Amino acid sequence: MADHNNPDTATLLPEPSRLAKGISDFFRSPAAAIGLIVLLIICCLALFAPWISPQNPYDLMQLDIMDGRLPPGSESMTGLVYQLGTDSQGRDILSGILYGLRTSLLVGVLSAFAAAIIGTTAGLFAAYMGRRTETVIMRLVDLQLSFPTILMALMMLAILGKGVTNVVIALIIAEWATYARTVRATALVEREKEYIEAARMMRLPGWRILFRHLLPNCLAPVIVIATMQVARAIGLEATLSFLGLGASVTEPSLGMLISTGYQYLLTGLYWISFFPGIALLVTIVAINLVGDRLRDVLNPRNAS
Amino acid sequence: MVTSIIRRLMQAMFVILAMTIIVFIGVSVIGNPVDILINPDANQAERARVIAHYGLDQPLWMQYLLFLKGLLQGDFGNSFVYGRPALGLILERLPATLELAVTALGIAIIFGLPLGLYAGLYPNRISSKLIMSGSILGFSLPTFWVGLMLIMVFSVELGWLPTNGRGPTAEVMGIQWSFLTGEGLRHLLLPAFNLALFKTSLIMRLTRAGIQEVLPQDYVKFARAKGLREQRVIAVHVLKNLMIPVVTIIGLEFGSLIAFSVVTESIFAWPGMGKLIIDSINLLDRPVIVAYLMMMVLLFVVLNFIIDVCYTILDPRVRLDAKA
Amino acid sequence: MTPLLQVSNLVTEFGGGKGRPGLKAVNDVSFSVERGRVLGLVGESGSGKSVTGFSIMRLLEHPGRIASGQVIFDGTDIARLSDEEMRRLRGKRIAMVFQDPMMTLNPVLTIATQMVEAVRAHDDVSKEVARQRSRDALGLVGIPSPEERLSAYPHQFSGGMRQRVAIAIALLHKPDLIIADEPTTALDVTIQSQIISEFQKLAEQSNTAVVWITHDLAVVSRLADDIAVMYAGRLVETGPVSKVLSTPRHPYTAGLIGSVPSQNRRGERLRQIGGMTPAINRLPEGCSFRTRCDLATDGCRAMPALLAEADRSFRCIHPVTREIA
Repeated sequence: MADHNNPDTATLLPEPSRLAKGISDFFRSPAAAIGLIVLLIICCLALFAPWISPQNPYDLMQLDIMDGRLPPGSESMTGLVYQLGTDSQGRDILSGILYGLRTSLLVGVLSAFAAAIIGTTAGLFAAYMGRRTETVIMRLVDLQLSFPTILMALMMLAILGKGVTNVVIALIIAEWATYARTVRATALVEREKEYIEAARMMRLPGWRILFRHLLPNCLAPVIVIATMQVARAIGLEATLSFLGLGASVTEPSLGMLISTGYQYLLTGLYWISFFPGIALLVTIVAINLVGDRLRDVLNPRNAS
Repeated sequence: MVTSIIRRLMQAMFVILAMTIIVFIGVSVIGNPVDILINPDANQAERARVIAHYGLDQPLWMQYLLFLKGLLQGDFGNSFVYGRPALGLILERLPATLELAVTALGIAIIFGLPLGLYAGLYPNRISSKLIMSGSILGFSLPTFWVGLMLIMVFSVELGWLPTNGRGPTAEVMGIQWSFLTGEGLRHLLLPAFNLALFKTSLIMRLTRAGIQEVLPQDYVKFARAKGLREQRVIAVHVLKNLMIPVVTIIGLEFGSLIAFSVVTESIFAWPGMGKLIIDSINLLDRPVIVAYLMMMVLLFVVLNFIIDVCYTILDPRVRLDAKA
Repeated sequence: MTPLLQVSNLVTEFGGGKGRPGLKAVNDVSFSVERGRVLGLVGESGSGKSVTGFSIMRLLEHPGRIASGQVIFDGTDIARLSDEEMRRLRGKRIAMVFQDPMMTLNPVLTIATQMVEAVRAHDDVSKEVARQRSRDALGLVGIPSPEERLSAYPHQFSGGMRQRVAIAIALLHKPDLIIADEPTTALDVTIQSQIISEFQKLAEQSNTAVVWITHDLAVVSRLADDIAVMYAGRLVETGPVSKVLSTPRHPYTAGLIGSVPSQNRRGERLRQIGGMTPAINRLPEGCSFRTRCDLATDGCRAMPALLAEADRSFRCIHPVTREIA
């Protein structure tokens, strides 16, 4: 205790870097640590799906309609064991899930990333330019945020038509505004600080002030929102695919798999919908746990 | 007060106008209007007639004015699928959606508010931590999948509740309502719970966050320093301040519930607007899509307006500033 | 005569518990206040003076708690009271005024609501009677047209007026002890002066004891009879105001006095205490002040005891002897 309180020894200890401190803070929550591990496993499964899944669920030649709707643990004519059963086309559910995870993660990360770039740029631009540019951008943001994401997404799909690519576009358009608002709010605070004033006085070009000085300070909230957004986007893609607006029947994503199982649910064939749903749930929960913790760790108010 | 209401009304009009432009650009410029508008089965003469009817041979600004004129008259054209006015189709199904959304909101408030209060007031209890973990789950569970699981458990396995439709309805003021008949109520239960799940978690988390923001305030401490009983400190000093953000959020979430009912209605074959719009997007039934979108815009604008007014009533700071 | 409030060896900890030590925000603090007297509890922010005030009120927020020591109010140890007994003391016999008048009144309730509830928390009277008493209390602290102001909301008052309302609430039950936590810090100098006069009158006329928590020595010299100086959670010097301010014994007190502008001759450089107040979890071994003290020696590495000298005491092994004023 006495040693601990001694400033002479305390000052000799090197201050751990902020990153190292953030990482050790992060892992102090067991839930977040588990979430991160599960998330990494899911990413690996998705990444290596073509090599580890028992069959290629998108290759119609590999599917045998005779094996349709087999319960978990059944064996096919060729000796392949369907651990999680098959869907109506004889598609192995496990393989479907592994491939479906690829789509889900790709859609989630791609849309969140693109929305983050567009929204952050718009928010920074609004804060830096001020005046009319700011008014126009922020009005647009307000307008968009007054409608729920799914409505914006439905609207975009009504305009663009069905398909996974269009779902990604719809998600980007539906989500960019959240970033823009947060980034602008953060940047407005930063803008008033002296170092920005100094940078302006040094006549640094505008884009440099924006990206070298304002941007790094807005990054923490963007990372937190983006993490949560990936989870939301995965959920929304699944929802839209379930509604028949996303992935096609021949290359099902998790949402589409669940949708195809829907009609058999009433007759007790639960596995077609059940297992892909669990996969979806675990993925989203894992991301949310990580995001929740990131928010706590990166929030300067909780820094103590 | 009057000037601020007028100002808000003008803002509302601006939003509606902006959305008409967006919807118009979306449907008529980005999408190919001829492809979307005309029934693929139509012959050449029919095509020409429709193009003339919708003024697609006119310049763009003229088309927009025609679109606006139609809006003002409530004329969105006839549905390609049903061959009836699109607005009528939407309005017909509005009560079913409203009934579902209101019930779901009620469920979300009844469960979310007290649980959030509890977790906020006693954040260190294990039960509170369980509640908050549960809310992460409620946040993460995809609504449509939960709907399927509800059907699987309560309808298929247990056979307690019906899986689809509204059941028998009773008529009040010319509108059919499910909740007025016992069987209708049974039909309402599963979809309403399904729709409420996400919002329950949301209200729970917001209430807890609100409580934790209000509790450390000086005025709460001062209220205790006055010797007030703890019940009064919570019920009056904390809750009254908490109500302002919570009412705002609940109002906004009602709109979002109506939008999200799209999913629940599709699963439980609930004959509301949401089911109609999904069918319409799948069938490219443009008039119905446009009518639905404009209906939602109107709904959200009206809702936002009502929230603003409620906010003014609840918060004396805003109320009196507006009067001055 | 036994003092109205006797705090002895008070230790308030944050965190810890279950055998682990917490952070001691208040460490071994003892002082007393008699009826009709004003004690100035002085220290920088983070010195533990406000926590001392909240400890007396038993209004510490989680994870704060009184770890040891006694707070004897009018013969009873408040640590032994049940929550309900403590509630009956609060606002009735011990009242508190907070630092920031902008934050102490609930923004969404009228002044009447907030005063009437305070009356009725302790006295079983009708709303009309409670309202009448509230109006009188507002008049007493010099708020014009009190009847009208009762139905107003806090944001319609200026900062000074809000603090008067807060004082009026504190006075509703004619308490025996008022704990005033920097009540004038957030106010203009002229209003500060008026409020100080109100408190002086109060202590003299109604024989109320006041604990005035502040960092402002000028206020203390005007108002207080006794002074207790806190540094890093501990008392470093106590005694009558006149003696302590003219002949401080502890180097920290001397430093504080030296940094008040009026104590310096015109044109002379304002003196400062070098360094910063150490964080409570990184206190140096021994005397907490030694790292900033010019007089520190190796002997300061052991915690000095509180040394008594006539009616005053200080915690230093080589006290200042020089006269300041």
